[in-house]
Amino acid sequence: MPMSEHDHHTPPSDLALRVKALESLLVEKGLVDPAALDILIDTYEHKVGPRNGAMVVARAWSDPAYKARLMEDGAAAIGELGFTGRQGADIVVVENTERVHNMVVCTLCSCYPWPVLGLPPVWYKSAPYRARAVREPRAVLAEFGVTLADGVEVRVWDSTSEVRYLVLPRRPAGTESLSEDELADLVTRDSMIGTGLALTPGAKREPTP
Amino acid sequence: MNGAHDLGGMDGFGPIAPEANEPVFHAEWERRIFALTLAMGAHGAWNIDMSRHARERVDPGEYLRASYYEHWLHGLETLLVESGLVAADELAACYAAAPGNAAAPGNAAEDEG
Repeated sequence: MPMSEHDHHTPPSDLALRVKALESLLVEKGLVDPAALDILIDTYEHKVGPRNGAMVVARAWSDPAYKARLMEDGAAAIGELGFTGRQGADIVVVENTERVHNMVVCTLCSCYPWPVLGLPPVWYKSAPYRARAVREPRAVLAEFGVTLADGVEVRVWDSTSEVRYLVLPRRPAGTESLSEDELADLVTRDSMIGTGLALTPGAKREPTP
Repeated sequence: MNGAHDLGGMDGFGPIAPEANEPVFHAEWERRIFALTLAMGAHGAWNIDMSRHARERVDPGEYLRASYYEHWLHGLETLLVESGLVAADELAACYAAAPGNAAAPGNAAEDEG
């Protein structure tokens, strides 16, 4: 039976002790290598993040042939830019248009396209977002400061451990002359989850990365 | 199987409250349990569905109270014991012997089984 069945309030200091003790046990048994753990942490804390997804979006905005491949097979086209790995075997890209706005949730847990967005923020894994995104997406969007024009259809995609989603946000007006790097600067994490829009040039970047 | 994790459409959880400039991890233990879970998963003793099921089997009240990486800790404990990689008494002994006694009253290791 699950060991936590009767577990109640565990203070963070006790959690820290437990995790430390568990790591020592697994190292002692030869099941994990502490150096390998450090590499995993560094990878997901510093290397894999929403900048990857922003580069994918910028490429799709700039190169119609790439965009076609991205819409056809998300994971393969994302892999062309070197972004592969855990939680990214099957990624479906959904495109925002004048008429359709997409947003992504994982109602059951926290599934998220790690190779392009990194690890999900706490709110994405939280009960309020998971509960409400599928029931009142427009109210959720309003909390993120996004108001859509009347008549725009909202599509909410519920991720699974097999299929994860990446939103291709709309390219902002007035960006025709920008390079891919400059375009990527406009692509926020939230715009690729669907709880935000891409920034317009010169706009202040939203506080979250 | 539904349960407390099956949150889609439920009312009453309030606003979403995103954190500005949120760090990837909020504490060192979160970093370690994240990496431990990935590293242990690489042994192939369980798959992603087993891993999810392990996290979803906690008591429903506990599921809603606990933070995200607490779910990971509880899930990994369950998987280690059920896969036989670590015996339940070995895990309990490791917590009991930890500096500061990680198995203080209220923790899982004391009432396992």
